[in-house]
Parts: sequence; structure tokens; C-alpha cells
Amino acid sequence: MTLLEAVRTALETIRGHKLRSFFTVLGTVVGVTFLIAVITLIEGMDAYMEDEFAGQIFGINTVMLRRTPAVVVSGDPEVFRAWRARPTLTFEDSEWLAERMETPGVVAISSDAGGEVDGPDGRSVTGVRITGASASYFQVRSMNVDQGRVFQQQEAEQGLPVAVVGRDVADRLFENTNPLGKTVRVGGFPYQVIGVLERQGSLFGMSMDNQVIAPASSRLNGFVNRRNVLDEISFQVPDARYISTAMAEMEGWMRIRHRLRPNEPNSFEVETAEASLSFWAEISRVMFIALPGLVGISLVVGAVVIMNIMLVSVTERTREIGLRKSLGARRRDILRQFMIEAGTLSGVGGLLGVGLGAALAAIIAAVSPLPAEVALWSVALGLFLGVGVGIAAGAYPAYRAARLDPIEALRHE
Amino acid sequence: MSWTPVASGTAPPPPVIRTRELTRHYQLGAETVRALRNVDLEIEANEYVAIMGPSGSGKSTLMNLIGCLDSPTSGDYQLNGRSVAGLTDDQLAHIRNREIGFVFQTFNLLPRSTALDNVQLPLVYAGIPRSERRQRAAEALGAVELADRMDHRPNELSGGQRQRVAIARALVTRPSILLADEPTGNLDSKTSDDIMALFDRLYDEGQTIIMVTHEQEVARRAERLVTLRDGRIASDDRQTPARVAMGSGS
Repeated sequence: MTLLEAVRTALETIRGHKLRSFFTVLGTVVGVTFLIAVITLIEGMDAYMEDEFAGQIFGINTVMLRRTPAVVVSGDPEVFRAWRARPTLTFEDSEWLAERMETPGVVAISSDAGGEVDGPDGRSVTGVRITGASASYFQVRSMNVDQGRVFQQQEAEQGLPVAVVGRDVADRLFENTNPLGKTVRVGGFPYQVIGVLERQGSLFGMSMDNQVIAPASSRLNGFVNRRNVLDEISFQVPDARYISTAMAEMEGWMRIRHRLRPNEPNSFEVETAEASLSFWAEISRVMFIALPGLVGISLVVGAVVIMNIMLVSVTERTREIGLRKSLGARRRDILRQFMIEAGTLSGVGGLLGVGLGAALAAIIAAVSPLPAEVALWSVALGLFLGVGVGIAAGAYPAYRAARLDPIEALRHE
Repeated sequence: MSWTPVASGTAPPPPVIRTRELTRHYQLGAETVRALRNVDLEIEANEYVAIMGPSGSGKSTLMNLIGCLDSPTSGDYQLNGRSVAGLTDDQLAHIRNREIGFVFQTFNLLPRSTALDNVQLPLVYAGIPRSERRQRAAEALGAVELADRMDHRPNELSGGQRQRVAIARALVTRPSILLADEPTGNLDSKTSDDIMALFDRLYDEGQTIIMVTHEQEVARRAERLVTLRDGRIASDDRQTPARVAMGSGS
């Protein structure tokens, strides 16, 4: 009998006891469902973190200089106190640094704050992310306009009151009319709209289209941060292989700039997208450590249930086993039959778990900003575990079945 | 063993079954049950033997030994001239598969499988490929006049039909012996007659049949009657088989 035939026979037996089979493999189903759901969400987050988050917060191939880390997970008040004691980053710092950096790259500066933007006809949008930036900021963040233009370096240096608005801001203030050339008030100051950004999407459910970008040295200076103070100095290198050099160089210059002695810690943060993702790497690492334990527990429980039910099944089918032996089934034929049956049963449970897990992840992804991405390897793992649990749990009952004495088995009532 | 001066090519084939001092003891707690004691029995090809005896006489034990489901405590059993004693479980399974066709009182069909699948089962263990299996099982069912019931499950068949499926299953591997244990025990008298008529026909076609029964009427169909008592052969007689005239049964 080929394996395929044996599996088909096993499926028929399972179909004969649908409800019982379902409860038998419930442990496998739960274990694999959980496995798939968690892996799917983690993988989704991974992809999201790398593709979206890093690009939007940091820009590609960018080294970022900040007073404090961009992403903060720890809540230690000591650490916050130390950060507050650090010197601020200023426009002068960025110019000083730009003159000295030898690694090829582009410097961009930015500060941002939340605020209100008012349109010409009394409409206004609140909670807008207002950014004061250099002209190079658009390049570093890979931001493009689909109407008008971005501001130029000269305009930025002169601090002209020109603004590039996000899609949401443009839509709310101007609806279907052309916003270009119109005047809006950003934080109370009049600015002329010269461009509308392409749709940026959202980050963790927060719209990235609800923003306005204007020259840092315009009247926003002092609004988005203290006067002449910057949130970030970004340095974008042309190629990823320059990143570490740029980081080291920037760190060296800033230590000189802040007159730090060799034994003093840095009074600033030099970060990259990768480094800031370390918090996420940490979270996913913990989950990947906890996951096998949790999945393992439900699979062990599942295996115990399967073993019990298979033992009951062997007892119930003692006569069948006796008959098969009288017709010439060898021990290994009986062993194989029951192992395949257990493996198939649990494999079906694994399949169910894969489907439920993917569905669960999809539901979570639909109702929360968490993304989901079903990884093929996790599907393979789920099925493998399902079948494996069945075979492991079925081994002992199958061995018992194979060892039955044919005469006693045939006489069994 | 015996020296034959002439015509060595015409030496008769060994008997299908030859037992020498076949003994089987069981340990039942502290007590030893002597189920079978020094039984010498020879059965030639194309014999039709009925084995009778009261319960506890050892007929089931003898059946199990002949059917290679059990191994003797002592003594020898040769099947087609080959000693079966000391064979491993797997070797015994192989012999059961190729040489023995079992027919049980309770039919022992797999309830969820069709007649065709039930009949195929011994061929599965013989390692026959699927298409040949189906063909041979269909032929065997045709031989017991159930060609039109191949896709029926046991619960869709009458008792007599079920037993005929079981007989088809027993014969599908073309075994040396058809070994029947009370084949009519669960059937009414008319259906019993049908089954016995089928046995008669198989015997006429050359099948060796060994049948355990406690019904005189059934035993009379055989051409040889072996009676057991207390684990020994009490009598072993040839008899003229009683046959129901063709057509009178149905």
C-alpha cells in the first residue's frame, strides 16, 4: 500500500469520527494556530519596520544625530534626567559639521512640533505635524511632490515663507481647488503653499499626510523648537557601505564639538535606522524565545490527548487488528497504519491551525495598525509540527496495536 | 527420506498439512491447560475435512495452529512440506497471507469499507499493485456471485452476502487451504444451505477445505470427519458427503 493510499484510508477513518477527531486534535490546532498567528504578526512587523518605519522616520542610508534617541522604550527617570542635561543641537552645529564631514553625503536638518494650520477661507486643520527643515530634507526622506515643487536651498537659507503641505492638509483646506499659491497660516505665520506632497500613508495608524514642511530658518524657527535649536541633523550617504564610516566620523566630530574627555560618555546620539530598530529586534527576539515554549505546551497537551484517543481507538479496533493480522498483516503493517492515521489526523489539525492562525492574524491586522504577513516557512513548520506531533503521539499506541496477539484480538468483543 | 527406485519424477506431492505430535499448552494462572496433546493429522490437497468436538476439545486451538495464528508448544507442523515451527511473526504473517484463507463465524468484514475493498485487503498485505488488486478482487466477488454488490458496504448486505464477501476475501490470494470456523454459525438454515452449496462447489473445483463446526448437518457435507476430545483425535472417518440436490435449496 503506498503512502498516499494509506493516508487516504486514514482520512476515511477520520471522516467516520468527525467530532471526536476534531477534539482529538484540538491541542494541535490551538498550538499551530498560535504559532502561525504570532509568526505572521512578527514577520509582518519585521517587514513593516524595515520597509516603512525605517524609511519614514530615518530615511534610507541615513545617519542621524540627535540629543536623545529617536525611539525610546525605557522609562527610567535617571536616564531622562541625564538626557535633559545634554547640550542642544543648533543650526551652528549643523554648519560646523557640514564643513568637516569627509564621508560623502548630504546634511539635512529638521525640527518638528504639532500645531494648527489655517486656510484662507476660515477652515483649519489641527494636530498637524509642522516641520522646519532644510531643502535637502526632502531628498534625505525620499519625499516627492505631486503638485508644485519643494523649496530650494536658497529659499531655505533666506527663510522665505513658503510651505509644502501634506495631502490631507491640502484636501481639508482646499478640497478640490488648487492650493498652489494660496496663503495658509502655519502656527499663526502666513506661508505660501508651493507644493503638495505625494501621499505618504500612515505609520502605526498615524497619518503621515497631515503635515507641513517649511524652511527651518523661516519664522517657524523658535516655533517648532527653541530658537536655533534642532531636533535632528541627518546625514545621508550615497551607499550603505559608508554608513559605519559616517557614524564614526560624526561621533568623533561631535565629541570634539562638545569638548568631551576620552572617558566621558557621548552627550548626543548617533543613530541609524538599523540601530533604532534594535528595540524591535529585542521585542521580536523575546517573542521568538517565548513562542516555542507556549506552542510547545499546547502541542505536548495535544500529543497526550492524541495518544489517549489512539489507545482507545486501538482497543476499540482490536478485532479489526486481529482480522488484519489473520489476513497477513505484519507487525510493521499495523504499526504503519496507526502511525499514519495519527500523523494524518494531527496533520489535518495542523492544516486547520495554519488556516485559523492566518485568519486570526488577518483579523488582528484588519482591526489594528499591526500588519500581517504569512511566512511560507511558518506554514511548513506548522504542518510539520502537526504531522510530527501525531506520529510521536501515535507511536506508542501503534506499537501496542502491532504487538497484539492475533488470536486474542480476533476473540475480543 | 524414502528411497524410490523408479520414476522419481512421479513422487506424490507432500500433504498440504502434516502434524506430528502437535501439542499446545496454555498457562492459565498457575494451571497448565493441555489444549492439544500429540495430534498426528495429515490432510491431502483437495480434501474437505470437518472438525467437530465439544467445547474445550481443542478444535479452536487446532484451527489456530493450522492457520498459523499460533505456534505449538511442541511437535511439528508442516504446511506443503515446509515446517512452520520456529518461524518468526512476520514469516507466519506471510504464510497466512499466501496459504490460508480464513472464513469466520462473524464474517469480520471492515464495516466502513465496500465489499471490493474488503476483498482487496489480503492483496494489500501481499504487496499487489492497486489496479491488479481491484481486478482480482472483482473476479473473486464474481466467483461468489456478488459482482453487482461490489460497492456495497457490509451493512447494505444480507448475512449470506456478507459471508460470501468473506469467502471471496479468503480465496482472493488463491490459498492452499480454506479454513472456515463455524461459517454458518450466524446464518439461518436456508442461507446456511447456500453457503454450504458454495463450499461444495469450491471443493469440486479443487479447493482444500477445513471447517470447524458443531452442527452435524453441516459436518455431513464434508468427505472426512475428524472428531476431537480432550485435546486428542477421537475419530477420523471418511464419509460420503451429503449434498442437497441442485435447485432444491433455492
